[in-house]
Amino acid sequence: METLALLAGGFATALSAQNLLFAFAGCFLGTAVGVLPGIGPALTVALLLPITFKVPAASAFILFAGVYYGAMYGGSTTSILLNTPGESATIITALEGFQMAKRGRAGPALATAAIGSFVAGTIATAALTFFAPVVVELALKLGPAEYFSLMVIAFVAVSAVLGSSAVRGLTMLFLGLVFGIVGVDLQTGQPRFTFGLIELLDGIEVTIVAVGLFAVAETLHLAARHRYGEDELLPLSGSLWLTREDFVRSWKPWLRGALIGFPFGAIPAGGAELPTFFSYYIERKLARRPEEFGRGAIEGVAGPEAANNASAAGVLMPMLTLGLPTSVTAAIMLSAFQSYGIQPGPLLFQTQGELVWSMIASLYIGNAMLLVLNLPLIGLWVRVLRIPRPQLYGGILVFATIGAYGVANSVIDLAVMYAVGLVGMLMKRYDFPVAPVVIGMILGPLAEQSFRQAMTISQGDVTTFLTRPISAAFLAIAAALVLAPPVLRAYAASRARARSSP
Amino acid sequence: MRARPRRDELAFALLLVALALLSLWQTLSIPVSPIYARVGPTAFPWIASVGLLVFSLVLLRQALGGGLPGVDRQKTVDWRSLGWVGAGLAANAVLITTLGFVFAAVALFACTARGFGSQRPVRDALIGLGVGLAAFLGFARLLGVNIGAGALEGLL
Repeated sequence: METLALLAGGFATALSAQNLLFAFAGCFLGTAVGVLPGIGPALTVALLLPITFKVPAASAFILFAGVYYGAMYGGSTTSILLNTPGESATIITALEGFQMAKRGRAGPALATAAIGSFVAGTIATAALTFFAPVVVELALKLGPAEYFSLMVIAFVAVSAVLGSSAVRGLTMLFLGLVFGIVGVDLQTGQPRFTFGLIELLDGIEVTIVAVGLFAVAETLHLAARHRYGEDELLPLSGSLWLTREDFVRSWKPWLRGALIGFPFGAIPAGGAELPTFFSYYIERKLARRPEEFGRGAIEGVAGPEAANNASAAGVLMPMLTLGLPTSVTAAIMLSAFQSYGIQPGPLLFQTQGELVWSMIASLYIGNAMLLVLNLPLIGLWVRVLRIPRPQLYGGILVFATIGAYGVANSVIDLAVMYAVGLVGMLMKRYDFPVAPVVIGMILGPLAEQSFRQAMTISQGDVTTFLTRPISAAFLAIAAALVLAPPVLRAYAASRARARSSP
Repeated sequence: MRARPRRDELAFALLLVALALLSLWQTLSIPVSPIYARVGPTAFPWIASVGLLVFSLVLLRQALGGGLPGVDRQKTVDWRSLGWVGAGLAANAVLITTLGFVFAAVALFACTARGFGSQRPVRDALIGLGVGLAAFLGFARLLGVNIGAGALEGLL
């Protein structure tokens, strides 16, 4: 009941005229960037970071939350009409959604995606509301050693589990950790990795790296392979209302998607890709007509879309309760907290209760706004999708310039952004994941802090991470995450060999 | 059967190894006060640098032994397209300190659009002017981002 009172207080803040405006602006921008291929919520939040100097923290986070949720809705529109997933989490939606659109059923596909996102997003936000205080209670019992080990799980999950190659993921993670070290060491005041440059004393600006990796790298990558074709945009066809049959086939996948998505997002092994794959697989198993899958089965849109949005809410759980971001957007939001001088973690709910609860309340409001923005106003987003590529990428680079140059009016920052963009282009070309770099860079300094605190408490004894049972359990999970996939693959391969040679 | 290593992948792996060595060198040059000898400012940089070195060496071995697993041979680069975008970025950096952000935005926008196949430079420049002005006003006025002073910005 106490939770409900706190939530009501949050609604009181979130429903002020100014904050409603921020929520709407966030949802609108978020849907737009979700719809546009090549840019996403992480880049948008990074570009909006300067707002933290202008408005109260609650308003800024309501804006960011709107962008974050909005991009999930917008991404599905692109997947369905263009077959180019706007976000990695909507790859699965493209499978069935694009097939539906090809068969003149774009309307029902968009409708089941938007309504499913709303249903699952609301369920997951409710789960966040009621589970977060419980997690906070548990988290308050963790010491620095446990924290460090928990961060190791997060590092391993984003770099070794997701993505196509553990080696490439871990390389990028360590690169991110190195980037995070640059600047003055907070405990001793010594400059590290600064090459004697004053500009680097404050560390590498998150905005510059994020904009370089997302906007500049994406543009250069597409320019480099420019000759290789354009996508075809399918027209908006079919009624935007679900028929009775569509609805009957959709509502169970929505609920199942929510149940799958939230826990996947909430455990520090985050990421929205896994739950969408999982949901798709389950829906295909359970479908009454599985032969329709691959040819536009509505269940294959409803389930993964619901899972995707539920996991987006789930990701906010470790972020708000533990200060542990498991997606790139969450990591950039974490740096926004730092810019307000707020340290996310279990104490956040006590010291910044009003901020947290108004942000959670805004998620309910944002979901409702997004349902309206994405169904009756869908025509607007189809027009946004029609922006020709030459002008779209020209505009993206102009905004990227503001992001980097606006930090300190320094051409050095601009050059750093170009350099990061060039490296990012090579990363895309050779299939290196981007998320581990950003998460390593933002979470790395926090991990170092916990590491040093734990080592100080144990008087320099490294075994403290293994002798404390909870910490040891976390490290065992992290080790299992790295080792399990290759072992399972080897096992499967040996069984396949055994079967083929009788 | 072992394929010939691909030169571009090899170069990228070497770049990462070089970064790791640079990072190790910087770690060694952090002065350590004896008070912090045990868990001082160098412990974590050591972990990060050695980790980067180990994994970039694994990548180097993969690249030497026939290519990174799961990465397709790359299509050839469209140098003309990339060149236009690169020229736009260079013009942007030069103009932003001299004529100001809006003019830099016009050049960047028009060159990038050209790189992506647009054939109407004047129209692109005009759109770029609009985008630049809107972005400048939006960020400078609403977000309070200082994007510097230029020939045009002073008048607004």
